[in-house]
Amino acid sequence: MEKTVSLPPQSGAVRPTWLDRMRDSDLWYSFRSHPSAIFSAVLLLLVAFTAALAPLITPQNPYDLAALELWNSEIPPVWEEGGQWPYLLGTDTQGRDILSAVLYGSRISLIIGFASVLLALAVGLSLGLVAGYFGGWIDNVIMRVGDVLLSMPFILIAILITAIATASLPMGLKDVLAAPILIFAIAVPSWVQYARTVRASAMVETKKEYVQAARLIRVKSWRVMLHHILPNCLTPILVAATLNFGLAILSEATLSFLGVGMPPDQPSLGTLIRIGNQYLFSGLWWIVVFPSIQLCLIVLSVNMIGDWLRDALNPKLR
Amino acid sequence: MIAFLLKRTANAVFVMLAVALLAFVIFRFFGDPVEMMVNEQASLQDRIELRERLGLNDGFVTQYTRFVTNAVQGDFGVSYRNQQDVMVLIKERFPATFELVLVATVISLVVGIPAGVITAVYRDSRLADMLQLGSIIGVSLPSFVVGILLILAFSVSLGWLPAFGRGETVDIGWWSTGLLTPSGRAALVLPAVSLSTFQVTLVMRLVRAEMLETLRADYIKFARARGVPTRRVQWRHALRNCLMPVITLTGMQIGNLIAFALVTETVFQWPGMGMLFIQAVTFVDLPVMAAYLLIVSFIFVALNTLVDITYAWVDPRLRDDSARGNG
Repeated sequence: MEKTVSLPPQSGAVRPTWLDRMRDSDLWYSFRSHPSAIFSAVLLLLVAFTAALAPLITPQNPYDLAALELWNSEIPPVWEEGGQWPYLLGTDTQGRDILSAVLYGSRISLIIGFASVLLALAVGLSLGLVAGYFGGWIDNVIMRVGDVLLSMPFILIAILITAIATASLPMGLKDVLAAPILIFAIAVPSWVQYARTVRASAMVETKKEYVQAARLIRVKSWRVMLHHILPNCLTPILVAATLNFGLAILSEATLSFLGVGMPPDQPSLGTLIRIGNQYLFSGLWWIVVFPSIQLCLIVLSVNMIGDWLRDALNPKLR
Repeated sequence: MIAFLLKRTANAVFVMLAVALLAFVIFRFFGDPVEMMVNEQASLQDRIELRERLGLNDGFVTQYTRFVTNAVQGDFGVSYRNQQDVMVLIKERFPATFELVLVATVISLVVGIPAGVITAVYRDSRLADMLQLGSIIGVSLPSFVVGILLILAFSVSLGWLPAFGRGETVDIGWWSTGLLTPSGRAALVLPAVSLSTFQVTLVMRLVRAEMLETLRADYIKFARARGVPTRRVQWRHALRNCLMPVITLTGMQIGNLIAFALVTETVFQWPGMGMLFIQAVTFVDLPVMAAYLLIVSFIFVALNTLVDITYAWVDPRLRDDSARGNG
């Protein structure tokens, strides 16, 4: 194997690209033999694509107030009586096309979910590495802060952060900063899990000979942490991050639904459900049902991929 | 054991003090208490007097100590919004939340345990597959969406159950219960079901995992060999050994359920602590927010500590902290 790789290309042996390696891997094999994983991945890709291309494929821009026509309001979905094109899933009370709103909303939901996972990963991995590698008081401080965060329910921390942030910001900035605040609020209670995982394996690895050897030849601390210790704990981190992506989207939706998340003029799926919830008793069911279905589909497919990944990467289950 | 008990309790106290510090900082530094309490016409003199009377000129540590001492005695100050004692407000709302969480917990056990056993015992059957799929859907459904869909189905379309409020309640001392009247029970159904969806799937997955492990044990094989009926082996011998983790999970999850009840309460306009909290958040009613944070965290921490201590009491191996690893 080693030989083929080192041969020059003109001798006929083709150096395996990352694509070839992926095609040969156990993970890809496992993926192909799990219909639920394929289904979820396709669904998620579809959602991501339609959300990314929302401005190109939707019949109207739901944020452009000039495009909204009041006489087009409260149109039911096309298959219902009174439904009309191009409002496939109907319109809300202001004449906003539900399909367009759902696609734009998915965009916001996905971005916030993804960004908060990235932020939590960055914070959790670095703090966990530092805690496990250096130990001592710094470890104590980081882990104690983590303990305190874990001793409060997740959703409560997130609500408090958004509530306080919005209360202490001036009116104009509030809506502009809504998304960053949400990303921060969701990341704060979730970094602890990554930190604990990384810390545990960093503590084990730090005592091993290869790390000792690296330290002995004066490899820099951050280099040891990043290149030697971190790769050893990426598998559980990957699974946790996938499942947390689902959780982050759920949390964002919950916060927006409660009214402490995205404002109504740049609605995420949660905000749309909050708006639709007001018309629950007036027979305008489509305003609330379609954003709900989209939200459930996103979270469901992320969770199914996470579940599959956990089993596929677990050596005990092979 | 005593050493462990002390250590665990000290840890819990430390965590609570940290939460209290957070609540204090929120209460004291986001918005000026004096500005929130006086009306527009109050003179500068009044404000200075009030500031002095509330002790806001004292040092940070003094104020924090006073805050903690008051909180321990159940004194969380006065709500900015309606000038009522915060503790009275919470005491009024607590029974509603408690009953909701209690019924949701019961539902999660009554549905989750049998479902878990079935998925473990009849592993490859169609029923088990359906339940497994149901469980992952249950984890993925946001609880407010479940609530909204339940309202759409059972209140708006079918008109069977009320969609909001608590129905009629009966007062027993300061405790108002909805469990004793038909309308109170009817009003409880939808919120409790929607709050329990997540918990049901959690219990079910746990029971399934535990059962799969237990069913491989020697004593199960032995009981079968001895001629004990299969069903009896599964539902008595095996299930009993799976219940301890379930009890732990249920105990630890109650704090989470109370916190999550605030979402359910918002959907169903349920007059509990969660609604109080959400209203406080919209009005930036800081004393109520701080009190809610402290009370929910206290329940959370107290239950976790209790579960840990019970475990250590049952299983002496866990008393040694170093043997438990750090995870």
